[in-house]
Amino acid sequence: MSTAKQPIIQVKDLHIAFGERRRRFEAVRGVTFDIYKGETFGLVGESGSGKTSIGRAMIRVYSISGGEVIYDGQRISGKIDPELDRRVTREIQMIFQDPMASLNERAKVDYIVAEGLYSTEKGLSREERTRRVHGALMDVGLLPEFASRFPHEFSGGQRQRIGIARALVMDPKFIIADEPISALDVSIRAQVLNLMSTLQKERGLTYMFISHDLSVMRFICDRIAVIHRGVLVELGNTEQLFRLPLHPYTQALLSAVPMPNPTYEKKKQPIAYDESVHDYSVDKPVWQEIEPGHFVLANQQERDRYMERLAACAIPERV
Amino acid sequence: MSETTKTPEPVLQVKDLNVKFSLRGRVLHAIRGVTMDIYRGESLAIVGESGSGKSVLTKTFMGLLDQNGWVDSGSIVFEGEDLTTFNTEKDWLRIRGRKIAMVLQDPMTSLNPLKTIGKQIGEALMLHQGLKGEEADKRIQEVLLDVGIDEPARRMKQYPHQFSGGMRQRVVIAIAIACQSQILICDEPTTALDVTIQAQILQLIRNLIHKYDLTAVYITHDLGVVANIADRIAVMYAGDIVEIGTCEEIFYDPRHPYTWALLSSLPQLGRKGEALYAIKGTPPNLFNEVVGDAFAPRNPHALNIDFRERPPYFDVSPTHKVRSWLEDPRAPKVEPPEILKRIREQGGSLYEHC
Repeated sequence: MSTAKQPIIQVKDLHIAFGERRRRFEAVRGVTFDIYKGETFGLVGESGSGKTSIGRAMIRVYSISGGEVIYDGQRISGKIDPELDRRVTREIQMIFQDPMASLNERAKVDYIVAEGLYSTEKGLSREERTRRVHGALMDVGLLPEFASRFPHEFSGGQRQRIGIARALVMDPKFIIADEPISALDVSIRAQVLNLMSTLQKERGLTYMFISHDLSVMRFICDRIAVIHRGVLVELGNTEQLFRLPLHPYTQALLSAVPMPNPTYEKKKQPIAYDESVHDYSVDKPVWQEIEPGHFVLANQQERDRYMERLAACAIPERV
Repeated sequence: MSETTKTPEPVLQVKDLNVKFSLRGRVLHAIRGVTMDIYRGESLAIVGESGSGKSVLTKTFMGLLDQNGWVDSGSIVFEGEDLTTFNTEKDWLRIRGRKIAMVLQDPMTSLNPLKTIGKQIGEALMLHQGLKGEEADKRIQEVLLDVGIDEPARRMKQYPHQFSGGMRQRVVIAIAIACQSQILICDEPTTALDVTIQAQILQLIRNLIHKYDLTAVYITHDLGVVANIADRIAVMYAGDIVEIGTCEEIFYDPRHPYTWALLSSLPQLGRKGEALYAIKGTPPNLFNEVVGDAFAPRNPHALNIDFRERPPYFDVSPTHKVRSWLEDPRAPKVEPPEILKRIREQGGSLYEHC
């Protein structure tokens, strides 16, 4: 990786809270990370960990209660001027989990895909709009004539392609994909993932994948952040994280991924994560860089232990 | 049952089963001549894409086909009775829940939100075993403990919304085992759950199978999940079982090109930078008659005969059968895809322990 990595989006000390006063619940507590141009960033956690809330806050659907989100050098959280708002609406797009639920059943594909254009590019002529819808459909491997059909006429994989087309039609720079394949069959997952990776290469897109499934993240993400109960516990290059996961929660997540190998799998005891392994009563945990690009939440004592493990597992620098 | 050598005793026998649905005036042939035995005490996994007929097949065991579906021909023999001859609800109530129970995919929708979970388990006990009052309460608490829910006396008075997704799935399993059914059908029991919870639920089901001496049938589209739990695996495609064998045979020595394709598309086997293997095309439309091997149009190794004649089952071993012309002695030798070697190489975890 080159040294001149440019962040496209920066999340700084993000807090998201729901509810009022006594019923207030902090779903995300002080999350910080950067996503660089052209990379695929993964956010991994279980349901309730706050990963979706972070995605929604980044795209300005949820308001935040602390911290800030910076897009291309400009703050986009909180109140922003309409010009920037329009730009962000166009350049940051989202792909949703369930293609059965995320497409308007009563609208034709034509309208579903063009919907974003109606609100951000009001001056567009009908011909131009149709041209862009057809272009987006072809980009995702669908035929332009599908534009006049309804969502129920499509299979799950095709629907997810429509979901991708409606993001692409806006000519985005950054796409947040919230569990884009977990509702799909294994055989169709591959088609959708390969499509997304081709599009990324062709258009220099930046992705953030939100998922609970590390087996998929492993091979599409450049970097992965692991979130547990609204707090990041580990972040690193995919290779670093899979070679030597340091935080016990990351290890638990990794060990839970079922492997297609009966000999091992039948003997496997999944590691359960127990928060009480940390003694944070005196020695408080800090978010720290433990090797270049590899961050972990640890206190002094854990840090020392992690350093030892890193040293023991050191591999010679790749040439 | 890889470790036992005694001849397995079939508990349920399906013979040449055909199921059809009528939809908008057309007939859909959902199950196309399935023959298989389910053995006592085993865990059988049925794997296939959506629309392959795996759920429909198991629904016929419980008389739960939709109104527009019917068993066209064939038999399902369970305890000396042919289930396909049942035509009243009364007949089915002797089987459904009592002898054969089902755990469905989504624990959010399979429980009644208005009743405490104690009541919902109690209902099943009342209906099938006539247990009431204190006796029932005692049994409810027992099964809750069995499925790993602590403080059962307090928890049984709670409503489904007070449980997390994984806990709700445990409750559903508790209902299924409360009546000491013999066969437990789990239809995608963990797809709606997180990976860590999935691992726990699979472990739980495995323990319960031992404890209650159950026969389990898993339905899933994800071969990755079944390595853990299955003794045998049946691979379904377009309403037919195209390959069946022990767990080890299917993972280490798969023979049908569709099984190869399913295994190859597992993300666990993918490497970064390579495109993930994708199966081309779509499954056949079952409104039309399928000629030859249903997978042929998507099969890069298809032979001419695959497009003309449906292959019979070839025996690979006494426990391993495959419906593919590639096993015919006259067929050319086709090597399974290179990527399948990674199944053995990858070891037991996504990360290497240092």
